[in-house]
Amino acid sequence: MDHLDQLEAQSIYIFREAFARLKKIALLWSLGKDSNVMIWLARKAFFGKMPFPALHVDTGKKFPEMYRFRDHYGKEWDLDLRVEPCPPIDAVDPTLPPAARSAARKTEGLKMALAKYGFDGLIAGIRRDEEATRAKERVFSPRGLEGNWDVRDQPPEFWDHFNASPPQGAHLRIHPILHWTEADIWAYTKRENIPIIPLYLSQNGKRYRSLGDQDITNPVASNAASIDEILIELEQTKVPERAGRALDHETEDAFERLRVAGYL
Amino acid sequence: MNMIVTPASPATPNGTTRPQVRIVIVGHVDHGKSTLVGRLLHETGSLPEGKLEMLKAVSARRGMPFEWSFLLDALQTERDQGITIDTTQIRFRTNSRDIVLIDAPGHAEFLRNMITGASQADGAVLIIDALEGVRDQTRRHGYLLHLLGVKQVAVVVNKMDRVDFSAARFKEISDEISAHLQGLGVTPTAVIPISARDGDGVAARTDRISWYKGPTVVEALDRLEPARPLEALALRLPVQAIYKFDDRRIVAGRIESGSLVAGDEIVIMPAGKIAKIKTVESWPVTPVAGRQGAGRSVGITLDRELFIERGDIVAHAGSAPRETRRLRARIFWLHDKPLAKGDQLLVRCGPKESRATVVAIEKAVDPGELSSSENKAIGRNHVGEIDISLSSPIATDPYTDNPRTGRLVIEVSGRIAGGGLVLSVDAGQRAVPVDIVPVESALRPDERSARYRHNGAVVWLTGLPASGKSTLAKALERRLFSNGGSPILLDGDTIRAGLNSDLGFSATDRSENIRRLAEVATHLARNGHIAIVAAVSPAREDRATARRIADTAFREIHVATPAEVCEERDPKGHYKKARAGALTSFTGIGNDYEAPQAAELVIDTSARTVAEAADEIEQMLKSTGVLFDEVVDLAANI
Repeated sequence: MDHLDQLEAQSIYIFREAFARLKKIALLWSLGKDSNVMIWLARKAFFGKMPFPALHVDTGKKFPEMYRFRDHYGKEWDLDLRVEPCPPIDAVDPTLPPAARSAARKTEGLKMALAKYGFDGLIAGIRRDEEATRAKERVFSPRGLEGNWDVRDQPPEFWDHFNASPPQGAHLRIHPILHWTEADIWAYTKRENIPIIPLYLSQNGKRYRSLGDQDITNPVASNAASIDEILIELEQTKVPERAGRALDHETEDAFERLRVAGYL
Repeated sequence: MNMIVTPASPATPNGTTRPQVRIVIVGHVDHGKSTLVGRLLHETGSLPEGKLEMLKAVSARRGMPFEWSFLLDALQTERDQGITIDTTQIRFRTNSRDIVLIDAPGHAEFLRNMITGASQADGAVLIIDALEGVRDQTRRHGYLLHLLGVKQVAVVVNKMDRVDFSAARFKEISDEISAHLQGLGVTPTAVIPISARDGDGVAARTDRISWYKGPTVVEALDRLEPARPLEALALRLPVQAIYKFDDRRIVAGRIESGSLVAGDEIVIMPAGKIAKIKTVESWPVTPVAGRQGAGRSVGITLDRELFIERGDIVAHAGSAPRETRRLRARIFWLHDKPLAKGDQLLVRCGPKESRATVVAIEKAVDPGELSSSENKAIGRNHVGEIDISLSSPIATDPYTDNPRTGRLVIEVSGRIAGGGLVLSVDAGQRAVPVDIVPVESALRPDERSARYRHNGAVVWLTGLPASGKSTLAKALERRLFSNGGSPILLDGDTIRAGLNSDLGFSATDRSENIRRLAEVATHLARNGHIAIVAAVSPAREDRATARRIADTAFREIHVATPAEVCEERDPKGHYKKARAGALTSFTGIGNDYEAPQAAELVIDTSARTVAEAADEIEQMLKSTGVLFDEVVDLAANI
């Protein structure tokens, strides 16, 4: 088994554990490279059919390319797609810096979707190498009744034994690609020939390394116009993956605050 | 992310696979662990380009002599900042081995890290400061290695430069630690005098330790025996789930050890059912050809329909794991409330979960104090050996046979509260712990159904005492028999008089009573008979178990006669006795009967004659495919 085989087998194991041990789960599909890999892995885990819904918590501010991608592959992959809206910006904590506040709409939209469907598990495509608070995550990460994350009281996780009994009304975040890196995602996308949104590839010396909302995501300087070139770029670059994400740079703890409150 | 230091030396030139050995380095704080690791990486040519220069610059900037420990410390800082997480593993090479160093750092977290990291180690290096000698921590770590079953321990006596390379001092320490370890049943593979900072004894025997004739650290590591690779062990495929998304019935799970390929004869434990692997399914391309090895998450289909459930283990016939309801485990405890004898727990062994009771606590040790407490309870962050009795049989291996299936965790209130290793499996309830390979009937199911004009089934009548179950069961038995069928009555009381005479009326015994009834009934159903079970079976969970066992053959009939009618009838006088207090644990008085929510049929015998009720049952059996609607042309089938 090579490195990608091992990552894949581990993720499939996690998917199957989540499906077996929780009653009502959904996969959070942000349309980005990570969640596309996740859907691919889920279809591998369940032999072609993802047996739970793909939930797109839609801020309404994604790039047109992303919406086109969603509508096309939602059908082609035969997903049970649920698109859920987010509340207007006024409904969000005004003390947050602008970009974080804009992003926090997604947390609120997520809470609304949770309340609407009663999911006890949400599968999310975060990776440890993305960002320092994500690095501290568990594979099965319990959330409080408000969707909040208690960093100081995370249950122990041994070997591949996960805690999967959320308290009544609370839910778990399941992270099947926590152990992957950005480079792994691209290498696997290439190996498996998983479709991607063209915004990731360089045009006029710029490309998006991480796709979020239009108003708070910026492209980075890059000439990588193919996955092979992206992989070479990743070996050399010292620029962090989320450099183009405005909310990460507003205040030192903006992202941690968001995550503790329930953001991905 | 694992920290992998790319070796500067080329990979095996002849392409052979080098044995991989996993080691852990332990010892008292400041006895030189980081320095030894840095030195080992350097001496074995495993440092990435430029790292040495970087370390020199860092040391110079701080106005310090060159410091090896900065190497590991820098990596730890990286990890603390969230760049590299997970159990850090550092790789380097000796002459004939690939060494994976499992870093188990930290103080407060030491035990948890040590046990998760070191429980996977094939060997250990125990480091002792020559000046300070054997300290409490040294003894503690020695003890933990023993607890974890790490048998290959190389001892290094570091900082020999501080004692002027005194052979006498070395012998003193060597004797003391050897005696301590031998007292624990561990014989050190070597005791080596070194100066990690200067390199004496690490990769080379220098003049300063010319009196020492034993191996260097690198040589000692080179002699460690690797654990057998997981693929070389017997097949263990713990079942995560059965998927029926289309016409395939796929048994899904991860191969923890061994390998499998379509065509293999397998046995499903703990039940011991046998089958052949028909296909290995995958996506987008399926089926997959070729042998699948340890680590793969796979899906297999079988050549016959068997009742399999999550937690079962697929193994090869002849090398199956043991089935047990009793095991001994060495555990580390993390819960605030100490673990005590009699505690009820949930044990997870892979995907298998079972309720369990702590039968005995054989050892309880505080690794901090290194003292055995009075064996009454295992406190938070303490270690112990316990005997557990399980409410349902599980298939498992001692961890020395299989490190993957020999692990377990313990859950309290839905949260992992401890974990550990299976030390031994008591096959107690089964006289001989051999692999069970059930013999299949000589007849095919369709041969029998052609004769009886029905398929095998388990018709399960549940209801309050005196609701009319036995009466109905007998009427049905008579009806089916006169139509040429093969009904067999399994009345709860009758079975309790014989097969289940060892069982009482506790919840556990009741569950076991139902399980056995279901097993017998299912066996009959598989052989084409209609097993008519008449049993109160008050617990919904127990009936769910029965349904799982009998699978598609199960038909549940709720004999829903009102409670007051049942008590009025009272043919056996049970209600009267119970009211008089002479009969305890009697279902019917009180609220302990859990009515079915989705029975195939509900019958109230106070509103129907026995013949009408039998008609209804017959109709249900027809409409659900047990009885053939039309009279089959028998001749055509014979």
